[in-house]
Amino acid sequence: MKEQGDSQVSVHINGIKVSVEEGTTLLQAANSAGIEIPTLCWAENLTPANACRLCVVEQQGSRTLVSSCSRVCEDGAQVLTDTDRVHRSRKMVLEFLASSNDLSQSPDLVAWSKMYDVDTERYKAPAKIEDQIKIEDDLFVRAYDRCVLCYKCVEACGDDAQHTFAIAIAGRGFDARVSTEYEVPLPESACVYCGNCVGVCPTNALQFKTEFDLRDANDWRPSEQTVTETVCSYCGVGCSLELHTQDNHIVKVTSPSDHSVTSGHLCIKGRFGWQYVHAPEFKPREAP
Amino acid sequence: MADLQFGDARPDAEEIQIVDSFVSETAVVREGERVVRGGVTRRREQRHLLLPGLHLLQNSQGWISPGGLNYLAEVLQVPPAEAYGVATFYDLFATEKPSIPGPQHHICVDAACAMAGSADLLSKIQATGQRVHESPCLGQCERAPAMFIQEVGAPDRVPADADGFSHPQRGDSSLRLLRRFGVADPLSIDSYTSNGGYDALGLALNIGTEAVLSTLEASGLSGRGGAAFPTGTKWRAVAEENSSSKHVVANADESEPGTFKDRLIMENDPFAVIEAMTIAGVTTGSERGWIYIRGEYPLATHRLNHAIQSARASGYLGSKIAGSEYSFDIEVRRGAGAYICGEETALFNSIEGQRGEPRSKPPFPTTSGLFGEPTVINNPETLINVLEILNSGVDAYRSLGTKRSPGTKLFCLSGHIRFPGLYEIPFGVSLGELLQIAGGVVGDLQAILMGGAAGRFVGPEKLDLPLTLEDAAANETTLGSGALMVFSNEVNMLDVTRRLAQFFRDESCGQCVPCRIGTVRQHEVLLQINAKGPDQTQRELLDDISAVMGDASICGLGHTAASAIQSALDLGLLPSGAP
Repeated sequence: MKEQGDSQVSVHINGIKVSVEEGTTLLQAANSAGIEIPTLCWAENLTPANACRLCVVEQQGSRTLVSSCSRVCEDGAQVLTDTDRVHRSRKMVLEFLASSNDLSQSPDLVAWSKMYDVDTERYKAPAKIEDQIKIEDDLFVRAYDRCVLCYKCVEACGDDAQHTFAIAIAGRGFDARVSTEYEVPLPESACVYCGNCVGVCPTNALQFKTEFDLRDANDWRPSEQTVTETVCSYCGVGCSLELHTQDNHIVKVTSPSDHSVTSGHLCIKGRFGWQYVHAPEFKPREAP
Repeated sequence: MADLQFGDARPDAEEIQIVDSFVSETAVVREGERVVRGGVTRRREQRHLLLPGLHLLQNSQGWISPGGLNYLAEVLQVPPAEAYGVATFYDLFATEKPSIPGPQHHICVDAACAMAGSADLLSKIQATGQRVHESPCLGQCERAPAMFIQEVGAPDRVPADADGFSHPQRGDSSLRLLRRFGVADPLSIDSYTSNGGYDALGLALNIGTEAVLSTLEASGLSGRGGAAFPTGTKWRAVAEENSSSKHVVANADESEPGTFKDRLIMENDPFAVIEAMTIAGVTTGSERGWIYIRGEYPLATHRLNHAIQSARASGYLGSKIAGSEYSFDIEVRRGAGAYICGEETALFNSIEGQRGEPRSKPPFPTTSGLFGEPTVINNPETLINVLEILNSGVDAYRSLGTKRSPGTKLFCLSGHIRFPGLYEIPFGVSLGELLQIAGGVVGDLQAILMGGAAGRFVGPEKLDLPLTLEDAAANETTLGSGALMVFSNEVNMLDVTRRLAQFFRDESCGQCVPCRIGTVRQHEVLLQINAKGPDQTQRELLDDISAVMGDASICGLGHTAASAIQSALDLGLLPSGAP
């Protein structure tokens, strides 16, 4: 069998010839040529779910548009990323989402909606994704009225990172939801509270309790937050941590998705085990 | 071993017994050995038992309880959240205890049954305090209104099956695909062989796989599900794949509204499907066959199972079939109420015990199909054409039909037609001629829905249309699955299009945004249209919804979810619109 990457293919994207390794996706090729394509369900540390269809492009010879996040470059392919047809599909996907969900906490979606002239006024009394906010513990909350069903959390909980499989898609069609078995609360499910689902959520449907409480108190100020890079102190794996702090208090912990050790994923200790830093009796050791 | 967590919900004694006996019957390795052999591989190996296991729980309890699901998931080593995700995907499974005990009546509310008074049937049963469910097409349009019943501890049943089969073309000696209908006993392999059965397999073994492939290619046979992909090309692609394991799948999840041909094939000529699958196995080097049949087809399921057992007992299935060096055997898998599972990759996922969500293509089934292995997938009508081609020869086969649409085609006529039913005609007969063969339209013809919900409407001006793939395409319609639903002037087409939109809204799997939300928005606009028809904003919105579903959905369901409605608008079947 041929190994991926042992030969080069070239594709023409918007008339620009791009040479890439075999196995490269259209999205990667476009990005390497400086062409931006919006994506929602794609992430570099997850298997493409192909669900949002925001990244569709026109490939000559294909009856329908193709999703650039998963379509592998075929040698000689002619691809257009910014035609009227592409524009119309992306606009409609964004209108569908904006008419169904609260997208206000997703800056990307807000910006794209503007860019693609999204008009939700023409939908009269559209059915919405409705769900009671789930606050079941002190670590994170789930607000599925913001969930666009991108599958990222399910993938991060499952085969792509954690292998815990606490959540899956349940139901069908417009009623499909991310759910535990019989919607049991997370503490009764297989959830191990790694928070990797929160880490990949693009719409803030899943958010850390610290962020939720601050937003609730109207005190969430991302522009004033600083990010400090460090290494997790719990075990010898060496996970890279980004401590997001506001007013000198940690408000959330992430890891870079391109980090060689974590691929952006952490465990419960790295993700949530930082409260001791703020304990009144805790004194950091002086640097030698 | 995988570190799966199972909740506290416990099964009752009956659920334990049901799952245990099912699992030991299907020879699944139990827990002890699994520990030795490792978790992940074993888990993958037995996950395909999830769907049949859920059927058993549903049948024994009337619903799938948390305890029962948990136990099944533990035995099969499936994460319980995923098992719940699978159980909630299908209409025939309940994950909440029904508030009314007793049987569940699924009554079809799609067009043909609605015209035949399914609403009355539904309210009549409801009035007796029994449970009813408004069902999508049940594939019994020739005897509308249709009903299908689930009852605890009893086999699923279709009351109309007791009435037997009425064959409108009975005695017509020109029939090819339907030649054994009503002639051979579908429960007797001897009757099958004395009516030409297993001649084609003998011939195929005789002439060898290359000759079978070139015969098929020369015949011009193309798939009868709607996409019309050349069958010979498909079989050759799988034959040329280098893989120690390949599969032959019969796509018998016939769910396209207005379509019932495959049900009648499996009920009346079940051995033919099995023989054709065996030829596909021998020809492509596949040893495993699967029939994925609609859950709502109990009689066809029974007859196929019976035929498979008879074929095994007679040496036509199993190892060294018909005295040859080849091995081939078939398993039957029942669907559980999901139109989308007729999409081939959704069907694979369904067999594998995953949610019936379509996969992106490429890769195509010929390289990566069931269990990620090379797979031939054809529907029963396509399969039995293979027997006809081998038995009669390419020239005789091509003597009927046209150059680009050779042979004969099955059409399912329903609605306002004098003799609804299954008809076999050579390709090229005109639409009007076929309606005459079926006794003519009842009332004044308003429109015909060709190809089911995923098809397109045509008006009376198309009665001269020759029924061929090429003429249908040139006239911007489709033969699709062969469904022809006839509407007289008395039908309110706005109601029909609203029901079509509801159908897609209910049947979208929910995986991709264009279809998950687009089918809902399309339905909403149609509900908002008043008696004057769509205004300009509504029409533009319908067109935009149609464009994104057609262009950006993952699979054929989304691609065609607006086609019938758009054709109704284009033909002026809906009021022409307020200013």
